[in-house]
Formats: sequence, structure tokens, C-alpha cells
Amino acid sequence: MRERLIKTLLLLVAFSALAMLFLIAVFIFYEGVPLIGKVGLKGFVFSTHWAPTKGSFGILPMIIGSLEVTILALILGGGLGLACAMFLCEFAPRWSVKILKPLIELLAGIPSVVYGFIGVVVLIPWIRNTFGGSGFSVLAASIILGIMILPTIIAISLDALQAVPLAYKEGSLALGATRWQTLYRLMLPAARSGIIASLILGMGRAIGETMAVIMVAGNAILIPTSPLAPVRTLTSNIALEMGYASGDHQRALFATGVVLFVIITLLNTVALLSMQVSKGLKQKEMK
Amino acid sequence: MRDSSSSRRLITQKVVWVFLALFTVFTLLILFFIIGYITTKGAPVVTPQFLFSMPERMGKEGGILPTVIATLYLAVLALIIATPLGVGTAVYLTEYTRESFITRLIRFGADALAGVPSIIFGLFGFILFVVKLKMGWSILAGSFTLAVMILPTIIRTSEEAIRAVPYELREVSYSLGGTKSQTIFYVVMPNALPGILTGIILGLGRSVAETAAVIFTAGSSLRLPRSIFDPARTMAVHFYILAREGLSMERAYATAFLLIVTILCINAIAYSLMFRLTRRFR
Repeated sequence: MRERLIKTLLLLVAFSALAMLFLIAVFIFYEGVPLIGKVGLKGFVFSTHWAPTKGSFGILPMIIGSLEVTILALILGGGLGLACAMFLCEFAPRWSVKILKPLIELLAGIPSVVYGFIGVVVLIPWIRNTFGGSGFSVLAASIILGIMILPTIIAISLDALQAVPLAYKEGSLALGATRWQTLYRLMLPAARSGIIASLILGMGRAIGETMAVIMVAGNAILIPTSPLAPVRTLTSNIALEMGYASGDHQRALFATGVVLFVIITLLNTVALLSMQVSKGLKQKEMK
Repeated sequence: MRDSSSSRRLITQKVVWVFLALFTVFTLLILFFIIGYITTKGAPVVTPQFLFSMPERMGKEGGILPTVIATLYLAVLALIIATPLGVGTAVYLTEYTRESFITRLIRFGADALAGVPSIIFGLFGFILFVVKLKMGWSILAGSFTLAVMILPTIIRTSEEAIRAVPYELREVSYSLGGTKSQTIFYVVMPNALPGILTGIILGLGRSVAETAAVIFTAGSSLRLPRSIFDPARTMAVHFYILAREGLSMERAYATAFLLIVTILCINAIAYSLMFRLTRRFR
């Protein structure tokens, strides 16, 4: 009797995370979707005119801004992160990996506001002096985001590389391939799904980041035409205006949240699926 | 055997090695630079008086006492809410069921929740806890929001910790006549404790670092919070406001330094606990 009670209780508890995810979706959609219905999907997603107090709610500049910043961050952070993961997996001495891996994971804990602050006091003046302009720009946001996603990309792609069955590697080395040839021609393709997952999760982090981006991006509402132009992302749009918005304006911010939520959920689902593929590879080896 | 193609391959390998090493060093330099920069600018400003006195003129002068207290309140309360849910989920997933559609669904929920951006948690917490449940901007609303946010971390880490406990230990307990719940309470949990604590401490770190989800649920009042129903401003939010409104760069650096030190200590403790657990069962 007591055992069954505990089991039922735990089953209920176990659904808490799923229930919360569901509740988040319900509340964000409930607040946001009616507004999208009111102005129409076209007037919301494909309009460039954002004047929320006058009834115009076009978020196209923010969608494009978010994508530009995220893709550039992914190129910077993804390249650097993959290089690190490859070095740590194949070339770095064992003892140094044991120190560096937890160190890199520790750095994932640095608050996003601190990254943003470093952007303001170090990166922005540098961009201003080197390239001109105000410094608050797509470039600044991308560099900061690129750094912020490094720990995610390094940790997950390193795991994926290390999960490649040893037998593959030994076979390749035994055939006379160099370590680099083995890494490039064999391990990278074998760890492909895990590496893709790391990039997608990094992308999710970049597109969802708010405070650091607000601090360095300049936040002007226009479609950025150069890396030095200021930009406003979807997340910044919500955070900048939540403080004073009300009525339809507030609902428009929730609707911005809906767009963000849909993008992130799609990205995460793809990442989770490819992680499962990568795990499957490891299990196959164990059998 | 050393014909020209094999020596060319070895040269390629050397060149690649140099490049990858440079990239790795560069990455580490960036990360150390951030910590070093904040430390050299912030550490000299931090005094016991800065920590334990009230702010004056919106934080332009004085200390950060209310934000320290608010951070403690929020982080601890969030843990109190999230820990039973997270650990309970982990126990259910590991001890009470086999791999099935249900467990995959639950895990998907936890993983997907982990990927939700903090601003979405802020919107959600604002509409549900602040508005619909009429908590207002308060420590309580902020803690509930943070609890939802750190739930996946606690679930995942606890699950790993419980799985790491060897099955033989459970068999011993059963053979001595222990029931399932007794086995979990007296055998599995004590052995998995360091790992479970890791998850809880990582959650603590995330709560302390969070800004976007907190600012719209706990508010940004600089007054000393007297109860969990009062609005409050955490250290991270205070730092954000100091830096963004340019109120006092000196104090912004000092607050950033305190934030980083707190979080790095929290995370270091968490990882050393995890390390101890994995060593015990290997």
C-alpha cells in the first residue's frame, strides 16, 4: 500500500518538467496568438513597421536581426569551439584535457550580463576605434555570443569525438593514416551527429540570449545592412519593452515570444534527435 | 618507407597541430581575460563595507546589502521548490520504470525545458505567477520562475548520479528483506548524494547568474526585502542596471567581481563533488 502510494506520487512528480513545458507554451501562446490573429501573420512576421503604441507590430527587422547575429556567432564560436574540441580530443596531452575540460565547463557559468559588460567596456571601444561607427553593432553582438556558446560547443562536440569507437581509430592508424587524416576523414564524419547537435544547441543559446545582446547590439529597429549597423533581436525586443508595455503592446511582446519559442523548439528537437543518433552509435559499439 | 607523400602528410599534420593549438590557446586566453579583467578592476573596490551596507542614490554610492540578501532568498527558495520535483523525477525514471514511451517523453520534456531561453521564462513567470496568481513582483514569483528554469539541471544530474550506483548494492538490500522504498532511501540515495548535490549546486549557480527571468518576476526594487512577498533586486539585476544606466562603473566592476567569484566557487564545488562520485564507483 505504502509502496504504491510512493510510486504514484513519484509518477506525478516525474511529469513536472513536461507539465511546465506545456504550461509555458500554453501561457505564451494564449497571450500572444490572439494578437497575431488580429494583425494577421503577414502584418506581424513580414512587416518592418514596429510602432506598438500606434498599432503597428511588424517584427521582421528583429527576426532578420536575430538570424544575422546568430549565424555570425555560430561561424565564430562554432569554428573556434570545434578547433578546440579537435585539439583536446586528439593532440592535447591527457593530463591537460583533464584540467581544461572542467575549466571550460566552469566558464559556462559566467553570467550573461558579465559577458555583455565586457562587450561594452572592451569590445565596443575596440570596434569603434578600428572600424568606426558607434561600435554597438551586429559584429559586437556576434562576437560576444560566439564566446558565450564556446563552452556548449566544446563540451558536446568533444563528448561526441570521444565517443567514436576506439576500433575505428585503431584501424585507421594501423593502415598508416596520420592522426590528422584519421581525425579529419574518420572521426569527424563518425561524430557528425553529435557535432551537429552541439552547433544547434549553441545556436539555440545564441538566439535565446537576451541581456548580453541588449548591452552591445545598439537595439535600433531596422534591418541591419552591414556588420557595423546596430541591430535589435527578438529577445531584446521583449526585454527592452516589457518594463512599460501594456494592452496590445504587451501582447505583441508575448507574440514575439511565440515566434522565439517556435524557433527554439524546432532547433532543440533537431538537436535532441541527432544526439540520439550519436548515442546509438556508442551503444552499437558496446554490443 | 619514408617517401615524399608520407613526409608531406606529416608536415600537414604538424601545421594542423600548430593551428589547432593556437585556436585552443586563443579560446583559453579569452576566457581568462574576462575573469582577469573583472578581477583587476573589481576586486580592489570590494570591501566588507561594500557588501554589508545599504546602497545610496540608486546604487551610485554605498553598498549592495539588499541585493545580496535578495539573491540568497531567491536562490534558496528556488532550490527548495525545484529539488523535490527534480530528484523525485530522477528516482522515478531510474528506479520505478523501464525505458518506454513515457520515460522518453519525460526526458524530452526535461531536455526541451533546458533549451528554453531565459527571457521566455521571464514572460511565463510574469504572466502566471505575477499576474494570474497575483503574487505581484515578489521574491516568491521570482523563485517559482527560477525553480522551473533549474528543474532540468537537477533532473539530469540526479538521474546520472542514481544510475552510477551499482546494482549489487540494491540486491544486497533486497536480499536482507528491504522494500523498494527502503532500498531507495537507505541504500541508493546516500550513495548517489554527491551527484545529486552537484545538480542542486549547479542549479544554485544558474539562479545566482540569471537576469532576464528574474527582472520581470521579482522586480528591481532596491529596498531591503522583509518577506518573500516583497519585490527585490538580485546582484545580477543590480549589476545589469548599474552597467546599463552607467550609474557607477566602479560599483559595477565590484558587483561583477562578486558575482563571478560566487558562481565560480559554486560550480567548482559542484564539479569536485561529481568527480568524487565518479571515482567512488570506478
